[in-house]
Amino acid sequence: MTTESIQPSEDPRHHRLSRNMWAGILFGLGFVAFVDEAVFHQILHWHKFYDRSSTAAGLVSDGLFHAFSWFATVGGLYLVADLRRRQAFRHKMFWGGKLLGGGAFQLYDGTIQHKLMRIHQIRYEVDIIPYDLVWNGLAVIMIVIGLVLIRSARRDGFRKEAPVHA
Amino acid sequence: MHDGFSGILNLTIGCGSLLLGVLSIILYFTGVFRSRRKVRLRHWPTWRAFSWCAGTFLAVLTLSVPFMEAAHHDFRLHMAGHLLLGMAAPLLLALGAPVTLLLRTLDTSRARKAAGWLKKPIFSFYRHPVTASVLNIGGLWVLYATPLFHAMHSHPIVYLIVHAHVFLAGYLFTVSMIYIDPAPVRHSPLFRTAVFIPALAAHGILSKYIYAYPPVGVPADQARQGAMLMYYGGDLIDLVLIILLFRSWYKQTGTRTKRFIEKKPAPS
Repeated sequence: MTTESIQPSEDPRHHRLSRNMWAGILFGLGFVAFVDEAVFHQILHWHKFYDRSSTAAGLVSDGLFHAFSWFATVGGLYLVADLRRRQAFRHKMFWGGKLLGGGAFQLYDGTIQHKLMRIHQIRYEVDIIPYDLVWNGLAVIMIVIGLVLIRSARRDGFRKEAPVHA
Repeated sequence: MHDGFSGILNLTIGCGSLLLGVLSIILYFTGVFRSRRKVRLRHWPTWRAFSWCAGTFLAVLTLSVPFMEAAHHDFRLHMAGHLLLGMAAPLLLALGAPVTLLLRTLDTSRARKAAGWLKKPIFSFYRHPVTASVLNIGGLWVLYATPLFHAMHSHPIVYLIVHAHVFLAGYLFTVSMIYIDPAPVRHSPLFRTAVFIPALAAHGILSKYIYAYPPVGVPADQARQGAMLMYYGGDLIDLVLIILLFRSWYKQTGTRTKRFIEKKPAPS
């Protein structure tokens, strides 16, 4: 096989591993957005549908992320289905991506969207600081575990998986 | 607000849409029976006929006199009507695959002529995801964020135009995002996704705008409930569109992979 026929970036192993990661990142982001909507908006009624102190940028950012989260959830799951069909699905990489994507979105939501753009707070008429700390602390922990899993999955991905099967 | 609402035009819209609805169902079933007689063609699925009937029913329902009058007094019903007329009915009608059915029903030379017609640039222009999104969501912004909403209720002609636009733009948007009928120009799933996300976002942002700034003449609590209905109802129907979009990507890459493994050339 010559180098012209297969570019390094087209190495199927590398391609599929990163596809597992992206499926996880997308699904994780969508899942966190879904939990935010289902638990904090609908069940607990802590979040508000609309907060008068929202900035215009906040409304746009919230709208875009909300729309994107539907695509991320559905698209992430179809990517998983595609990887499984090719027998290229890797749980560890998927979980790593899921925690990274979910944590990153939660951190963005908890800092930029809640605090800077003030779209709404986690809860009203309470001391908000412990809520913010738990929310964003959890997000950071998810990101760290996600990154560790991705690194480890990448390492054993190239070690164990020497023969590539279609 | 209700004074200028003319009963006669109301009745005309109601009866006209009922007539069009009945006509569309008769034509559709004529097509189904004619295409079923052609043995060489694949059996036309019954669920497509159901879908077509359901879509027609919803559109006729929202344009019926009792519904229009009730919606006139209650913004929540007005919004429910818009979800049905502008999103649910177009999706159900598109799933009925009317163009495919038409092409199957016509004889070869006419079908070829009709297919040639559909290839005209004007259709591709309107069917472009960006054009369709701007007409659909942009139209809604114009309706709810300008005095048009108020004008619609005092001028029956405006009412008719707005509702025709909501329905047609909704259909255009649906067929620009999911390809059920033949589409001469096909945009990649990634491109359609990239256009769909801002369109869905603009729909959600408009809901929150209506929540915060009710249209003239709409009581605040009705506006809020209507806005939330728009937000979550829109999400629900668009979720179906998103699933259909990715499903077709999944099927398409599947056949491509199989072709690659079996080393078969792509069909021309």
